[in-house]
Amino acid sequence: MINIFNSLLVMILALNLLALGSRSILSVIRIIALQGILLGILPLVLNEGLSIPQLIASLTAISIKGVVIPMVMIHAMKNIRIKREVEPTIGFVPSSILGAVITGSVFLLTNQITAGNGNYVNMIIPAAITTILVGFILLVTRYKAISQVMGYLVLENGIYIFSLLLIEAIPLIVEMGMLLDLFVSIFIITIITNHINNAFSSLDTRRLTTLKE
Amino acid sequence: MALQLIIVAIIGITLSGVVGILLGKGFKWEQAITTTIVIISSVLGLIGASIGIFSEATTLKLFYWPTIGGALIGLDGLSAFFLIPVFLIGGLGALYGMGYWKSSEHRDSSQKLQLFWGFLVAGMGLLLIGRHVFSFFMGWELMAISAFVLVMTEDKEEECRKSGLVYLLATHISTLTLFVFFALWHYATGSYVFQPIAEGALQPGMLNALFFLALIGFGLKAGMMPLHFWLPGAHASAPSHVSAILSGVMLKMGIYGLIRVGLLLPTPPSLWGGIILTIGAISGLLGVVFAIAQHDIKKLLAYHSVENIGIILIGLGIAYLGRTYNQPEWIALGMAGCLLHVWNHSLFKSLLFFGAGSVLHSTGKRNLDIMGGIGKKMPTTALLFLIGAVAISGIPPLNGFISELFIYIGLIRPIALGDPNAIGLAMVAPVLSMIGALAAACFVKVYSAVFLGSQRSEDLKPVHESPKIMLIPMGILAVLCVAIGVLPQYVTLVLESVIHQDILLSIVPLKTYSAFSFGFLISIVGLYIWMKFRSKKPKEVLTWDCGYAKPTSRMQYTAASFGNGFAIMFDWVLHSKVHRTKLNAVMPDRVNFESHVNELVLDRLLKPVFRWTQNASSWFGRFQQGASQNYILYILIAVLILMATLVPYKEWFVPFIKN
Repeated sequence: MINIFNSLLVMILALNLLALGSRSILSVIRIIALQGILLGILPLVLNEGLSIPQLIASLTAISIKGVVIPMVMIHAMKNIRIKREVEPTIGFVPSSILGAVITGSVFLLTNQITAGNGNYVNMIIPAAITTILVGFILLVTRYKAISQVMGYLVLENGIYIFSLLLIEAIPLIVEMGMLLDLFVSIFIITIITNHINNAFSSLDTRRLTTLKE
Repeated sequence: MALQLIIVAIIGITLSGVVGILLGKGFKWEQAITTTIVIISSVLGLIGASIGIFSEATTLKLFYWPTIGGALIGLDGLSAFFLIPVFLIGGLGALYGMGYWKSSEHRDSSQKLQLFWGFLVAGMGLLLIGRHVFSFFMGWELMAISAFVLVMTEDKEEECRKSGLVYLLATHISTLTLFVFFALWHYATGSYVFQPIAEGALQPGMLNALFFLALIGFGLKAGMMPLHFWLPGAHASAPSHVSAILSGVMLKMGIYGLIRVGLLLPTPPSLWGGIILTIGAISGLLGVVFAIAQHDIKKLLAYHSVENIGIILIGLGIAYLGRTYNQPEWIALGMAGCLLHVWNHSLFKSLLFFGAGSVLHSTGKRNLDIMGGIGKKMPTTALLFLIGAVAISGIPPLNGFISELFIYIGLIRPIALGDPNAIGLAMVAPVLSMIGALAAACFVKVYSAVFLGSQRSEDLKPVHESPKIMLIPMGILAVLCVAIGVLPQYVTLVLESVIHQDILLSIVPLKTYSAFSFGFLISIVGLYIWMKFRSKKPKEVLTWDCGYAKPTSRMQYTAASFGNGFAIMFDWVLHSKVHRTKLNAVMPDRVNFESHVNELVLDRLLKPVFRWTQNASSWFGRFQQGASQNYILYILIAVLILMATLVPYKEWFVPFIKN
């Protein structure tokens, strides 16, 4: 089981780098959808036995992160008819390299902090921190409002990985609440994106600086 | 019973404005119904508070709130004593507002004003009966925020918005300080309930911290001298009946807080009483000095509030020192003066603000130097204003004299009895007498400039007497001023019940005074009647005009020229800015003269400091560019720095050091 778990995490990390490096917004959405599905599977692999609440939680997570949110976003993209390119501040290759460097150094550092703390924990913490940092990079380096939403989603995925540490402590209701939160915020962001597009006839968040007092 | 009545009154007053809004703007009787509800509730509250003064202290759990332990309320003599001005001015002010701020004339703001008037009165009522931090703060914030909305009634005017902002800042600093105070209170006592701290239960350092936090928090609200900066602007910009309740009642909530904290803390060191006494003396003197230098009648009255808060604090300081040296007589005299002056000030200051509002309503102007001769056209307002002016100057036979008498005796009697600790007290007595003299001078200036002489400027609206609905509240206040002044021995019974001591009448011969005062009053009334009805009418002639052939009313002695003598005397603190054109020929051209006085703390200290801070920190402006990416980057950097603290640097270097 640990092996499956770890290989899933490695796949998630690889998807991070892919998200940093891909040019089209559509493919970033697909990558993040795939990441969401993998995340949904993770808790099932973590424990030996399967319980019904866990199954429900996983299925909801998979359907929201893997299906509903990507669909909402693709729908939003079609609505606003934007150029389907990401437009980063730093290029795709440098940002992928930056992501790789971050992944490596986080693993190096956390290895020192959490040395000898049980088996699977070793992998969860660095994976979570890496995903959060990649989310930040996406947020900081992308100009289009919709690609910032992707950054936000990746960030949220990182936090989700962290919560796996507490999988036994967190009740089902809290997890559902977190998912609802995420869904609602994405929903609102896509609406806002639409309005930004209407008001500024562009999704470039640099134009929002005119709102500064 | 008393407490229940007060709760009903508070609920009624809170709902009054809501009822008005539900009735809608178009409804003709909307303001009348709202005002009626406020007045009925106020009468209930006044009955409740009057019962409360003479009955035992009670507490009651208003509702249950698991996390903090319930909203505890209660009533004792002190709360009831402060509730009386709250409901009195709350009711009378609403009545006055019906004439002063008619809903038919002020369509856009009248409902807002009524709603927040109700909230303000209810908030003050709630904070006075609060016995738990939760219920206390609910009332305190309700009061502070509604007062802000009321100050901003005329928010279309630049000056009003500015002073509203200053008020909002000041009141939040006050609230934050009190938050710290109550957090510390909880840390020290383990409870949020107002319960006295036992002697020796806390370290002196903790007690000092508690006291000074309370002094700043409550002192800001009370408007004591270095922290009074919000007061003149806010009181001048608000509608007059709002100024009346802000100045007459809301400032007293700060005083109530200081008294309550004094009762809860154990025996104070002499430092506390000394500081209160000193602040009181400074506020009193500088308040009246700045008042004399004002040209705006409402700003002038606002500075007089600072002065009167000073007098109240002098009384409170005597009582604090009395606790330190275990002298029940000092406590009795100091508290009697402090409390009675709270009542008196709420009566005559509201009367004066109502009077000023009456003049403002009629002339549309606040500047003293362009008024004049209004007394002939508004005789009732002039008479009532005169009563208020005599009362605030502390002249017998009116009420201001009685409270100042208690304080004078409290200051002088200890040293007369040879108490070695009382030298500090005696040193304040001359300051107090100076305050009284300057206040009298100041009101001579106001009264003569506004009501006597003849009209100075042509651009005043045609002056008319105010409607009865504005004169009735003023009349009630004036009657109360006279009643307390003539029959002080009955008011003393109230005071003795509140401070739980009955030695006042044996120290101060109030019964004899009452007889003299009554005689004095009757002779004044007699003189007035004789003057009015004697057959020979006084003849109207011009004053001697230096042989000038064509005198005009603009040649009259103005308020500014009257005040100038004092302004020169106190120029070391006033720093009047005078702009004038020089006279340079025998027959000079038109010349101009203008003078104004900057606020001591706001204009000369706070504004320069804030401007300097803003300039010094303008470099940081480059970080606020409005790009969300940058902001996220700042968060990322902060997260990375925080994470970097987790890295075990030491362990990395240990191997090298060992080798």
